[in-house]
Amino acid sequence: MAASAAATIATPLQCGLLSSQGFSGSTRILQLKKNEKRSVRKACRGLITAKIDLSPPPYSLDALEPHMSRETFEYHWGKHHRAYVDNLNKQIVGTELDLKPLEEIIVATYNKGDLLPPFNNAAQVWNHDFFWGSMKPGGGGEPSGELLRLIKRDFGSFEVFVNEFKAAAATQFGSGWAWLVYKANRLDVGNAVNPRPTDEDKKLAIVKSPNAVNPLVWDYSPLLTVDVWEHAYYLDFQNRRPDYVSTFMEKLVSWDAVSARLEAAMARAAEREKEEEMKKTESEDNLTNSEAVEMYLDPDSEDSEAT
Amino acid sequence: MALRTLITRKALRPVPIGFRGLQTFSLPDLAYGYGDLEPAISGEIMQIHHQKHHQAYITNYNKSLEQLDAAISKGDASAVVKLQAAIKFNGGGHVNHSIFWKNLAPISEGGGEPPKSTLAMAIDNNFGSLEALIQKMNAEGAALQGSGWVWLGLDKEFKRLVIATTANQDPLVTVGPNLVPLLGIDVWEHAYYLQYKNVRPDYLKNIWKVINWKYASEVFEKENP
Repeated sequence: MAASAAATIATPLQCGLLSSQGFSGSTRILQLKKNEKRSVRKACRGLITAKIDLSPPPYSLDALEPHMSRETFEYHWGKHHRAYVDNLNKQIVGTELDLKPLEEIIVATYNKGDLLPPFNNAAQVWNHDFFWGSMKPGGGGEPSGELLRLIKRDFGSFEVFVNEFKAAAATQFGSGWAWLVYKANRLDVGNAVNPRPTDEDKKLAIVKSPNAVNPLVWDYSPLLTVDVWEHAYYLDFQNRRPDYVSTFMEKLVSWDAVSARLEAAMARAAEREKEEEMKKTESEDNLTNSEAVEMYLDPDSEDSEAT
Repeated sequence: MALRTLITRKALRPVPIGFRGLQTFSLPDLAYGYGDLEPAISGEIMQIHHQKHHQAYITNYNKSLEQLDAAISKGDASAVVKLQAAIKFNGGGHVNHSIFWKNLAPISEGGGEPPKSTLAMAIDNNFGSLEALIQKMNAEGAALQGSGWVWLGLDKEFKRLVIATTANQDPLVTVGPNLVPLLGIDVWEHAYYLQYKNVRPDYLKNIWKVINWKYASEVFEKENP
């Protein structure tokens, strides 16, 4: 269904554009994030386009009843999320955004705050995927392990964290999202390198964002989100957003998912740190050892210079 | 000033707080019953919209005004500045919804009847026809991302009609200080979701059946005597 839609939308002009970039045949040259669902198809005269797919939530539409109704899912996932996916695909097919991973599309179209048209759809596709994954049947309760340790360290206690998160969700004026994120920006200054990085620089934080904006654009690692657009709660709670957010915290949050995301975020931060260290030492080495090259000398080889 | 009259109509006697006699606000009554705009807008929506959403803006606006009053008295400059967002949001919500209730009328009271006389002429001059105006407002209302309003306004300075959108609860005056709101359509999801769900364009199509052009004409004629 959607594949043919993508095929008919790409015009000959757009076909020309993409083929000039040198894509050949059916070579798949995408670097997709794990679990990112894309369909790579041919659209018009061999043009390759990677349609974003609408993934269902990781549970059935009635699995979160009575806390979040099946009816809500039918509209929220079946209409709103689906529309963001369909509209995004229409916007990116045949452009250079096509074939890029979704997170790259988001950052590129955020355009440092001067939003380009595909941003709203791209970010909302990602946000809703992330939101479904933040919940599970029989959710709620309390986190454990490393996540709980960091929550206590950075907020004082789990209760304080919950209250702050609820307050952020309640005070996001208009449409938007509230987030728990992991920040690992070392020093929060664009060009500076923290001369003495410690684990304390990597912290949990609560942020809120308007409309489609998400913390990826600030280079934070999102761990948990709650959708506070009215469509997320109006059928079940009408105007009672605080009740919705309380129910979300008490009955729906998947702390397993949040912990897994934290683990991944910390691993990414550690990897980045290592890369930065390597780059630093490489550039130091280049200054002092520009001539030295290590060779493995085999005394028996004719090529050896050893005598 | 026209705007202040709007806000205080039907308000209770001002309740003095402190020496300044801070005036607080209360929920204005509708000129019709909650169910009187059906089937364009359901009674359920009208009741929740009026009694819950508008009331909450008023309650929180009053709270912020009290906090502002205290901050001003103490000379706490940063507290004053910090309160601006809550004042704009909640005060704007009160201002906008007070206009909105007057923008609507039951069909039996003239809701949906096209404008006549000077406003009708101005619409034709500025947009070509009433249909063209409606189409443009619906397009802008449907395209608005997130929450906000779509307005038909009068630019007092240039004596022309404009269509504008505002985000969240920003009143029309934030787009231009010379703009007078004639008609505002709430496109926050709470304005239509229980009835129209995600199909905002259907809500926009149907609301014109209960738009109170008489009120819009009154406001227009007051600015153009």
